[in-house]
Amino acid sequence: MSKATAQPMSLRIASGMFLAFWCLLAAFPIVWIAIMSVKSPRDAFAASAWDVITGPATRAAGNGLSILDLVLGLAFLIFAIRWAFAGLPRMIARFSPPGLIVLGWIVGALLFALGFIVIFFGVLPPVFDALNSFAGPLGTPVIGLTTEHYVSVWGENEFYRNFMNSMIVTAGVVTISLTVGTLAGYGLARSGSNLAFWLLILALIFRALPHSVLVAGYLPWFINSAELLRPIFGELSPTLYGQPWAVIAVLVAINQPFTIWMLRSFFQNIPSELDEAARVDGCSHFQAFRRVIMPVMWPGVITTGLFSFLLGYNDFLVTSLLLDAQNQTMVPAIAGYFNRETTTTDQVEAVAAAVSITAPLFLLVMVFQRQIVSGLTAGAVKG
Amino acid sequence: MKFKTFFWFVAPSVFMMLLFIAAPLVSVFIQSFQVTQPVMQQIEVETCTPGFLTQTCTTEMKTVPTIDEATGKTITTTSWVGLESYRNVLQMDKVWTAIGEGEWRDILQIDFWKALRFTLMFTLLTLPLVIGVGLMIALAVNNATKSLRGPVIFISLLPFIITPVIGSLSIYWLFVGDGILTATLERWTGQDIAMFAQAWTIELLMYFYRVWHVAPFAFVIFYAGLQTVNMDTLESAIIDGANRFERLRYVIVPHLMPLIIFIALIHLMDCYRVFEEVVGFRSQAHVISLQWLTYDFLVPDDAGNRAVSRASASAMLTMIGIVLLLILPLRRTWRDHKGGAH
Repeated sequence: MSKATAQPMSLRIASGMFLAFWCLLAAFPIVWIAIMSVKSPRDAFAASAWDVITGPATRAAGNGLSILDLVLGLAFLIFAIRWAFAGLPRMIARFSPPGLIVLGWIVGALLFALGFIVIFFGVLPPVFDALNSFAGPLGTPVIGLTTEHYVSVWGENEFYRNFMNSMIVTAGVVTISLTVGTLAGYGLARSGSNLAFWLLILALIFRALPHSVLVAGYLPWFINSAELLRPIFGELSPTLYGQPWAVIAVLVAINQPFTIWMLRSFFQNIPSELDEAARVDGCSHFQAFRRVIMPVMWPGVITTGLFSFLLGYNDFLVTSLLLDAQNQTMVPAIAGYFNRETTTTDQVEAVAAAVSITAPLFLLVMVFQRQIVSGLTAGAVKG
Repeated sequence: MKFKTFFWFVAPSVFMMLLFIAAPLVSVFIQSFQVTQPVMQQIEVETCTPGFLTQTCTTEMKTVPTIDEATGKTITTTSWVGLESYRNVLQMDKVWTAIGEGEWRDILQIDFWKALRFTLMFTLLTLPLVIGVGLMIALAVNNATKSLRGPVIFISLLPFIITPVIGSLSIYWLFVGDGILTATLERWTGQDIAMFAQAWTIELLMYFYRVWHVAPFAFVIFYAGLQTVNMDTLESAIIDGANRFERLRYVIVPHLMPLIIFIALIHLMDCYRVFEEVVGFRSQAHVISLQWLTYDFLVPDDAGNRAVSRASASAMLTMIGIVLLLILPLRRTWRDHKGGAH
């Protein structure tokens, strides 16, 4: 930066302070519900912030962490995270069979998550307890912390069912929208015709539609689909209402406009000389797409996949109206807590469920921050 | 690319959009002029209550839905009712009486007008806030040292990526009852504060939530735009004696203008669909939005009936709003396209 654009000290301090304030504002609600979720109800809704953080009632109930626990636990956590970013990729690169690196990553990430959970929640607590009994003042609990709400949410309330349903719906939405969307995005990027332009405008209009308008269109058909489809499929005709795969189809369609716009802008960045070269070498359009373009498109596909994931995972309206209680996904399931939310215990359980829903998203930002940023800007700059 | 190849590339996507977006729209349009009701019949019911010596029996006529013997379901009929559902949603008679009596506030007692008022105000008030806050964060991050930028972007993305219902719940829990922030406010002001007892405080929290949720999106896009500001223009502005604010006003903002328009367009579309806030803040008694109105008609009532025709009518009215909102930007795009073709 040249001397002329150098800034006075006061401006730098003001902008730094604004930034610090924004970071506090951005993180505070999320961090705070994470803290609330591990306290006993009395502490979680205590009037003083200090009580919520230290949790005297939780500590009095015998659930607490000593200084020793905190230091060792944090050390383990930092080590695990560092290894996940340094050691894990090397291991995956070494052990996964060539060409199946994606599979290697999935297996590696699952193994890592499993190992982390077993060590952090299974092995470390007894070890720490033993250490605490020797450590004297360092071993007495200073901060109250309990996992009982998570245990009751995931165990008694069978939140894992909702988690599985969420995973099924999201996985379906991501794979199908990417498959359908890459084809369309490529076609739209390589065709300059008027029809392509009108399709994109139509998609833009579809993107603006409120989802409740569409659901009002589906509901009567989905509920009566068994009778309506009987002439075609006979006795096998399904009732679409309550079926996860019907919801997947709906969400894919709702997501299509956004997907094709984003993928199109990524495809436009790939020079068309590349597919022309492939065509000269005797590829058909589809072969050129499959063998030449797709291998260089992975960043764009991953980014678009992330946003499809967010749409499927975060959806409340469609899933709450089109799925019945057995097939409920996580986000509408949390609405079930509202009705029961009579005692403070129920409230803290709802907080724990909310944190459970947020945790995967947190991991997602951690791993894919760069892709998310590039996805946001790709849409804007190419428009 | 030949038309045939193009067709096969886009066919699956277009098929899905036609089947699941265009077809439901047509269906909603037709439904909004129809009403489906269970066929009712009058039957004589004798109810007896045990009494001393003899039972006390009364017979009365009851209206119950007819049940099909074969399938065990209630028989329904669908009839054309014209604009009846629209009339039920809009309640124009009440609106005209309210206008006639000069009681403007009474109009906002009607669900649809209440929802319309909130949706429009929400969209128009948050728009400048989101752009302003996003731009300020982008400028501040651009000022910060390089090593700080990564973590700041990471923290900023959290409100953007969080599930909207959960995001509004997390703010709700800070203020509900004697939540931590309400308690703090009460200590400062010495007053008893209930954030969820009146409409305007809930609305304030909703505005705050939306800005908190969308400002990161604006920030990331502005931040990317700031990287491409032409340094030579900036320096010549300095030589011409422009101060810091003038440089922002006449060099940086014009450079970011296309991005501002882009964010405004996306924000208009998304804000008009405001819905999750009503669920998260549980504000249905005080503040509702257009999309929530349709949702509420679609949720089965205590008897298990869904008011599909009224939902369709309110959905069509919502659609009209979207069309009005998009006409201007679309005309612009069309002119650009025509201009580009020649």
